[in-house]
Parts: sequence; structure tokens; C-alpha cells
Amino acid sequence: MSAAAPLLQVEGLKKHFPLKHGLFGGEVVAIRAVDGVDLTIAPGETLCLVGESGSGKSTVGKLVLRLTEPTAGTIRLEGVDITHLGPDAMRPYRRRAQMVFQDPYASLNPRMTAGKIVSEPLENYPDIGASARKERVAALFEQVGLRPDAMQRFPFEFSGGQRQRLGIARALALNPALIVADEPVSALDVSVQAQVLNLMMDLQEELGLAYLFISHDLGVVEHIGHHVAVMYLGRIVEYATKDALFENPRHPYSQALLAAAPLPDPRAKRERVVLQGDIPSPINPPTGCAFHTRCPKAFDRCKVETPQLVPTADGRLASCHLVE
Amino acid sequence: MSAADFTQESAALARDRQGHGAALLRFVKRNPTMTIGALILLLVAILALAAPLFAGDPVSMRPAQRLRPPSSTNWLGTDHLGRDVFARTIFGARVSLYVGVAVSVMSILFGLVIGLVSGYFRRADAVVMRLMDGLMAIPGILLAIALVALTRASVTVVIFAITIPEVPRVVRLVRSVVLSVREAPYVEAAVSSGTPVWKILLRHILPSTVAPLIVQATYICASAILIEASLSFLGAGTPPEVPTWGNMIAQSRLFLSRAPWTIFAPGVALALVVLAVNLLGDGLRDRLDPRLARRM
Repeated sequence: MSAAAPLLQVEGLKKHFPLKHGLFGGEVVAIRAVDGVDLTIAPGETLCLVGESGSGKSTVGKLVLRLTEPTAGTIRLEGVDITHLGPDAMRPYRRRAQMVFQDPYASLNPRMTAGKIVSEPLENYPDIGASARKERVAALFEQVGLRPDAMQRFPFEFSGGQRQRLGIARALALNPALIVADEPVSALDVSVQAQVLNLMMDLQEELGLAYLFISHDLGVVEHIGHHVAVMYLGRIVEYATKDALFENPRHPYSQALLAAAPLPDPRAKRERVVLQGDIPSPINPPTGCAFHTRCPKAFDRCKVETPQLVPTADGRLASCHLVE
Repeated sequence: MSAADFTQESAALARDRQGHGAALLRFVKRNPTMTIGALILLLVAILALAAPLFAGDPVSMRPAQRLRPPSSTNWLGTDHLGRDVFARTIFGARVSLYVGVAVSVMSILFGLVIGLVSGYFRRADAVVMRLMDGLMAIPGILLAIALVALTRASVTVVIFAITIPEVPRVVRLVRSVVLSVREAPYVEAAVSSGTPVWKILLRHILPSTVAPLIVQATYICASAILIEASLSFLGAGTPPEVPTWGNMIAQSRLFLSRAPWTIFAPGVALALVVLAVNLLGDGLRDRLDPRLARRM
């Protein structure tokens, strides 16, 4: 996928949420939120994870940071397998990957001042002293475009965009190599979205950050992404560079997603691909290709045989019998 | 708390700087029940603390002056052993308030620790909650009678006996708050930035439990005062020589028709204190938990 040594490498990642247990503790019924995902992110790269609600993209983000325990698969961060590290062994790696949350209101403790929120991660790793910590917090505030006097204020005194800047400052505090951003701008006004996205891109250039950028907004993805992975029902159905995907989506689901994204030009005409129905239940995913129930191009083989994510002639990955 | 609440709050702070008197008056006007409850409790607490200074002797018996009606020497009359009812009522407040405060503090402390552990560590939860269900099934009064029968009747035993069945209620309350807060993104953010578990519990989760716990503490306090009185009335509480409202009512019930003051004084005091605690609790609930507020 990428030539440079990968920063994050995820293989066969699965997360099943059990609904019922069998007599001996085995899973009988489970929600297959993530069902075999492979990902690679190179240092300094932005991988966008797109898909509709319920496709498992947020769960992937949490799994990568070990905020939930995976059912199967391996997660390698900077070459180290962190999948089964205990809380203490995990601590040195926690600081390498941080998260920016979707909801700028719920992700900041309402009882802590902005300065305290940003300095908390630094307190957890006592390799810098109290005075250096203060300087670092001040530098972080400047870096994300917040005024230094904002440190004494509480989260409710900030606007949504400022709060998200605060969330980014907190994520940056430990000098991570990877930031998982779970829909970081979807709760913001469109005008503020652009500011926050540009801030994230500037920081990437400045600090060499890699982003796992989770989004359902293709306009945002087109702005910030380098590579795009399209998820459907807990699996990746297409992985390509941003340009390749936006110019010529190969998987029928990617085509439908792109066709559904609004265009800024009201007179622009394009082929409409309208999907029928909702995303199927991840408790009983369809046999064969999970997408065949809604795919406009489905044929008999799709119902019985599961397509594998395989390289196509133009150097991308797609899981569809039509592109093999 | 929403932004609007905070603007209100800061506006109130601004007014406070202009004049304490005006702000206080506004608070009293907005929260009449809470103010009344707090004032009654404050008065009773001062009287109880200062009892040895003015109330007189609550224990010495003067059989010659038994069952005297209220007079200038015995403001609330005397009981069947000639003891001063006023002095006994005032001293009774000490026991009642002590039991109420001790039970609420102890059950909140135990309940808070157990609830935090049970809510945050899912493995501990199943075991702890089954234990709590078991404790909850024990009727407080029966437990107290059993404990008093096993040991010697004393205020400490009564406090433990009332505390034990109250703990599970606090645990459930704390656990429910922890369960909802632990999923909050700011807790996840703390986890992902390497915050140790004890710090997450103390800094990010504990503060959310404070407001509901303060409210719960007042209700526990009121019910502890009542249970203590019931236990004393049944003879399973404080030793009979200790002046408590329950003891007074129990010992005076035979003389109700001849000397009603012997029962009215402790009865009214008991009702008044429980009412005051409940008024304070309702006021606090309305102030601290806007979701539960039912404003008239």
C-alpha cells in the first residue's frame, strides 16, 4: 500500500459485540461491528475512513487506540504489536496515538479549565517538570490558534470551533505520531469546519502527523485525505488514493456514496445511483458479498461467494466480483 | 449544565459583588423551602450544641414533681419520673441529629467507594451488586433489633444498624452515575492520554456524583432520624436512660391522656426536624439537578 515503513498496521481486525452467550460462554449472537479490517498508515499520511452510519468506522478508530478490546486481529504501532498489551505496558504507546472526538461539547470535562484539560496528558507522563509543562501548554494554545488568556476559562465559554481546537491541543500535547480523528468537524458550522480542517493540515505539515480521519462527509475527505478506505458493514470494500477514488470509484458502493454527495454547483448533472433500503443488520450480515442486497449490479455469484479485497489493475484494492 | 445556567450563575455572581444583602434576599425569595428548612435545622443544631448551657438537667428524677403541666420552672412540664421535658427534648435533638448526620456520612462514604468500583470495573460489578441486593433485602429495623440483642444497646450500634441497609441505595445511585459518565468522550480522552485509573475516577467521574449524593444524603438523614426514633420506641435503640425522642415517646405513651405534653414535645420536635431536612433536600435537588426540578 505504502512504500515507507508503516506507522500503523492493522490486520484482520474484528470486533464482535456479543448479544447472547452460549452455555459455555461462547458467542451465540453478536453484532459484527468490525469484521476483518486491514489498514496501513504511513507516517505523515492521512487515511480517511468513510462509510455510512453503522459501518463500523468509529469502532475501528477506538480499536486502534485500544479504547475497546478487539475480538481478533493485530494492531501494530510503529512496528510493535500493541494488541494485547496490559494497561501498564500500553502506557508508553498511548502517547504515540491520540484522539480527536466528534462532539466538542462532550469530549471536554466541563469542570476543568482549558489549561488543565490540555496539561492533563502531560501530567500523566512526568518526563517534563511543572514549569516546562506550563510553557508547553502555552505553546500548544498558540499552535492551535487559541489566545493564552483562554487557559483560565471553562469549556462552556468557548464556541464549538474553539472547543475543537482545544481538543486538538490536548491530542497534540504528547507529541503523537498518529491522531485518530473521529468525525472531528461534523458537529461544526461549515465555515468553522474549513478553519479546523486547515489547522489540522497545517499541523500535519509542521509536525509530520499521520491522521486516521473518520468521516461520512466526502467533501471533507476530498479536502484532507491522501488515501481513502470505504467501509461497509464492518469491512473495507475499496482502498485507493483519494484522487483515484474520486475520479473513478470501482466498487459499486463507493460509486453510490460519491453519487450521493452533494455538489456545490446546482446545475451540475451526474449519474444518480440511489441505494434502496438501509444498511443490513450487522447481527446477520448477508451471505456472499455483504453489499449484494442493495447493489444495483449484483448477480448470482454475489449471493454465495464473498469477494476478497484484492489489488486491481490500476493499483488499488477493491472487493467486488466485477473488478477482479 | 447548559451555557444558559452558567450565564445566570455569573450574573448572580456579579450581583453578589454589588451587594451581599440583595443577593441573599434574592436567593431566599427564589428558594423559600430550602431557606426555611435550613433555618430550622440551623436553629435545632445550635440549641442541641448549646444544650448544656441553658437547657437544664435532662436525667435527674424528682418523683414528687411527676407529670406536672408546663410552668415557669418546667417550660414543657415534667414526665412520669419528674424529669424536665424541655431539657430532655433539647438533649434528644443531639442524639437525633448525631444519628442522622453520622448515618448519612457513613452510608455516603461506603456507598461512594463501592459504587465507584462497581460502576467502573465491570468484573467487580456482578458480584458487588448481588451482595448489595442481598443487603437491601434486610429490613433495617430487624437488623437493628438483632444487633442490639447480640451486643449492647448503644448509639453506635444503632448507627451501624441503620447504615447497613442504606448503603446499597447509595451504591446504586453512584453506580448509575458512573455508568453514564464513564462512556463520556472526555473520559475516553483521559484514558487515551494515559491517565491512571484512580485519577480518572477522582477527577473525571467523582465530581458528577457529588450533586445527587448531597441530595441523597438529606433523604438518608431524614429517614435515619425516623428509624432511630422507631428503634428507641421499640426498645431496640438507644438505652432507655439516654434522652432521645423515641425513648421519650415510648415511655410517655401510657400517660398520653393525663400528661399529653410529655409526648407532644418530642413528637413535634421529631416532625419538625424531619420536615426541615426534607425541605432542605427538595430545595437542594431543585438547585443541583435541574432535570428533577419541579418548580411551583
